[in-house]
Amino acid sequence: MIEIKHLSKTFSGAEGKVEALKDVSLTIPDGDIYGIIGMSGAGKSTLVRCINMLERPTEGAVLIDGQDMGSLNEKALRRARRDITMIFQGINLLMQKTCLKNVCFPLELAGIPRAKAEEKARQLLELVGLPHKAEAYPAQLSGGQQQRIAIARALATEPRVLLCDEATSALDPSTTRAILELIRDINRRLGITVVIITHQMSVVEAICHHVAILDEGQVVEVGAVADVFSKPRSPAARRLVFPEVAQEIIAPAQGIRQLRVVFNGAPVTRTPLIAQMAMEKQIAASILAASTRSLGEKVYGDMLLGIPGDPDKLQEALDYLGKIPDIFAEEVH
Amino acid sequence: MLEKAFTAEAVAEALDIIRTEFPLALWETCYVTILSTAFAFLLGLPLGVMLVAGEPGGVRPLPKWIMATLNGIINLLRSVPFLILMIMLIPMTRAIVGTAVGTMASVVPLVVAAAPFVARLVESSLREVSPNIIEAAQSMGASPIQIICKVMLPESFPSLLSAATIAITTILGYSAMSGIIGGGGLGKMAINYGYYRYRYLVMFLAVVLLVLMVQIFQTVGTRLATRLDKRLKKE
Repeated sequence: MIEIKHLSKTFSGAEGKVEALKDVSLTIPDGDIYGIIGMSGAGKSTLVRCINMLERPTEGAVLIDGQDMGSLNEKALRRARRDITMIFQGINLLMQKTCLKNVCFPLELAGIPRAKAEEKARQLLELVGLPHKAEAYPAQLSGGQQQRIAIARALATEPRVLLCDEATSALDPSTTRAILELIRDINRRLGITVVIITHQMSVVEAICHHVAILDEGQVVEVGAVADVFSKPRSPAARRLVFPEVAQEIIAPAQGIRQLRVVFNGAPVTRTPLIAQMAMEKQIAASILAASTRSLGEKVYGDMLLGIPGDPDKLQEALDYLGKIPDIFAEEVH
Repeated sequence: MLEKAFTAEAVAEALDIIRTEFPLALWETCYVTILSTAFAFLLGLPLGVMLVAGEPGGVRPLPKWIMATLNGIINLLRSVPFLILMIMLIPMTRAIVGTAVGTMASVVPLVVAAAPFVARLVESSLREVSPNIIEAAQSMGASPIQIICKVMLPESFPSLLSAATIAITTILGYSAMSGIIGGGGLGKMAINYGYYRYRYLVMFLAVVLLVLMVQIFQTVGTRLATRLDKRLKKE
């Protein structure tokens, strides 16, 4: 289990102090695939680097299975890092070494005899589906293949935690899917806890069980993926989940009240809901903005309606919509 | 003067000198250059590593005063013209080699002049290694020594080879200058015959040989660096 407790990180540079992380607390259970999502500059990369102490937090603590990472000396920390490995957006393979030597590298650092290291490395190349690339150099491989080699390298020391820092952001969509599939497979087969840092919703949707949304260095929302994505409460979460519905921008016209409707897995995408409401209640709602998406078998969405007329009409609409299961409606000011 | 250089008599004399003295001069130039380059790397490589690894944010930051001293000494030695450095170093040369004149004696100032140059070349080669690769090694639990020996140096190997080529050709040029203090080789021949005795043809041929040697070192060095760079490998 990874426990991040009241973590803060301040960088002091030429332009003064920058608070990259502000009082971040998270708990990542064993065997989970945990997503940390945020826009660029939200502090995601800093947060993941604080987990293995590539960045020393200014305040707070990171506990991995109860072990306070900040209290370890350099030598103990290096040993601990064999248990918490990392893959990167930039892949970062050794370009002058063969793929086999790249996978052997962490074992070589740990002082494992060469023959044994190579045996392990060949098994891992098999696992990531590239046994025939053992003698190839990284420059001869595609981006997706390189990331597979990097994953094999990260698994060499049999870690308990795999940190993925935007590991698929530089890859095309189909390669991204294949790499995520591989990560999920590894999580299932080896029981490794996976922490995924990304700015892409699709990545979190595809494989994460839990998600934390990071905005300007703070955790604004946290929970199971389906919960957070179906009912995003914070503005940052809404921006990420429904980028099309920019509630802040729309200035309501005179006499029009705004109503936000959240579809929480309701089967209403097949029914003409707004038209039905107009016919039954004579409420002529206009759709100001809408966005829906599928998560698993359920449909989630967010819609902004404009209701003209007096407050009674709005209340009527609220009552009407509120009766439908898995729909949540509220007035927005 | 040039018409005199090509009289039958002068040509015959030059050919005679070339036959008797050039093989030794060529050999002296080669061994002085290679020996000096080797010693210059022996000193310059660790200094270059210190310049990169020791700076703030490097893999093994060193105290500021050490870095400042190191940079100061390197800049100082780099700014003294070689001809003057040779003369200034005479006491040191005498202390190390036992004499201040001759071929072996010229190795000392050559190394002193070339080591800081090599340190700067090594520094710029090592800076080409992506900080992300170094971070990746750190994330795998690599110690600073391991990062230097197993990541920075191997990853910049082709670039270091190019640096060695630049160093060897530069040192070859310096070694010719050491003819002034009695250092042997093609430079001494060019100065002795061309400058002191007006045998321009001999000087000219000595220079041609020096040019050829630079060409050979540079071509071999560049080819090796390209061939050994695994980033340029294609299927």
